[in-house]
Amino acid sequence: MAQPVQLLVGSRKGAWIYRSDAARQAWQVEGPLFLGPLIHHFVPAPRGPGVLLIAASTGHLGPTIYRSEDGGKSWKEAARPPAFPKAEDPATGRSVDHTFWLQPGHASEPGVWWAGTSPPGLFESRDGGRSWASVPGFNDNSMYLKWCPPEAGTPDGALLNQIVIDPRDAAHMYIATSTGGVFESTDRAQSWRPLNQNVEASFLPDPYPEFGQDAHYIALSPTNPDRIWQQNHCGIYRLDRPGERWERIGKAMPEEIGDIGFTIVPHPTSAETAWVFPMDGTEIWPRVSPGGRPAVYRTRNGGMSWERQDQGFPAEQGWFTVKRQAFCADAREPAGLYLGTTGGELWASGDEGASWRQIAAHLPEIYSVVAAPL
Amino acid sequence: MIQVLIPSQLIAYTDGATRLQAEGATVGAALDDLDRRFPGLKFRVIDEQDRVRRHMRIFIGQDETRDVGRPLNAGDELMIFGALSGG
Repeated sequence: MAQPVQLLVGSRKGAWIYRSDAARQAWQVEGPLFLGPLIHHFVPAPRGPGVLLIAASTGHLGPTIYRSEDGGKSWKEAARPPAFPKAEDPATGRSVDHTFWLQPGHASEPGVWWAGTSPPGLFESRDGGRSWASVPGFNDNSMYLKWCPPEAGTPDGALLNQIVIDPRDAAHMYIATSTGGVFESTDRAQSWRPLNQNVEASFLPDPYPEFGQDAHYIALSPTNPDRIWQQNHCGIYRLDRPGERWERIGKAMPEEIGDIGFTIVPHPTSAETAWVFPMDGTEIWPRVSPGGRPAVYRTRNGGMSWERQDQGFPAEQGWFTVKRQAFCADAREPAGLYLGTTGGELWASGDEGASWRQIAAHLPEIYSVVAAPL
Repeated sequence: MIQVLIPSQLIAYTDGATRLQAEGATVGAALDDLDRRFPGLKFRVIDEQDRVRRHMRIFIGQDETRDVGRPLNAGDELMIFGALSGG
């Protein structure tokens, strides 16, 4: 019997959980959880059934982390949320505006979680998310101000927006930032180096710098962790390690669609397959579905070619924006795909993107969608 | 003893109480006292550099302060507000 799926949805005004039947056809909603706060990421622990973490902030109050051990029925706030060390000069010291990304640690390190914040910061918890410590290897790195200049960044604040751990090696990590691009560590976050060769930064005087790129999203192929997919501010890329030079596979996208977007989703079992949700990055960057016709694009050959998948989406006047954490796959066969829009719609495909249907509407602006076995 | 007015944004920490008493010779010390009784409350108002968060406002009587080192006297009223922060 196929395992049902739960979708953990974070929005600008709270969190919801959608739970499917075994066929992924019927969905039951629970929520809102935490009505009002900005929920930046809502993530299940891969170990410890029922453990969920939420990264929250509000318009007024500072950021925090909530933890549930019973599938979301009850919540407890972190005793020590992510916070930068106190600076000698408090006037210039960094403070965490919000935690953007929550990442469970390597399978060999139960209880470990990592967090990426705005402004860019890396934090670690060794007690399941109850208390968090600043990671000096990145946050106090001598290159920090070069990699994360305070004047750079995205409209809602510069980000350390992804943390990716090699499933074969807990010490081998990648992070993505909106100010410096991608960085790699091979010593469990003690030191970092840029990994941005051939990735464009069209907004800088040197369009192919060592660092300075805006890496919107990175993900490893689950069945080939040497393959990194990247949706960058300046296109879609793929890097096969131990290679160092990214290839702009977005060049194979149709010219009228382009290769701009926020996110990229690898197939759970096929390392040649991934999906993107293109957005209009022309002229003044509307960041909506090109032409008002939403579609995902799929490659099944590592990015050599792309095919459009739009059945079920509005054929016209559909101005979707799908943010970084709001597009994901489940681990079922065939893979299910899920995306949330800034217009508060939740869409699902049970056939690897061939057809889509709306499973929820009228939610607040969706920030994140995470699929997990129920 | 300091009288403290708690805004709606923080009553989840205080079991719904909007008026409390706290001890402390400064704004920061009074908030530390509250934080001991209601863990997590202070960090939602004051950041890790001891700055009042951007959309929070603190008054002592009629005087606004953004200085956690501001002295308090017995009987002072410390009022915490959530300011306007967008839609």
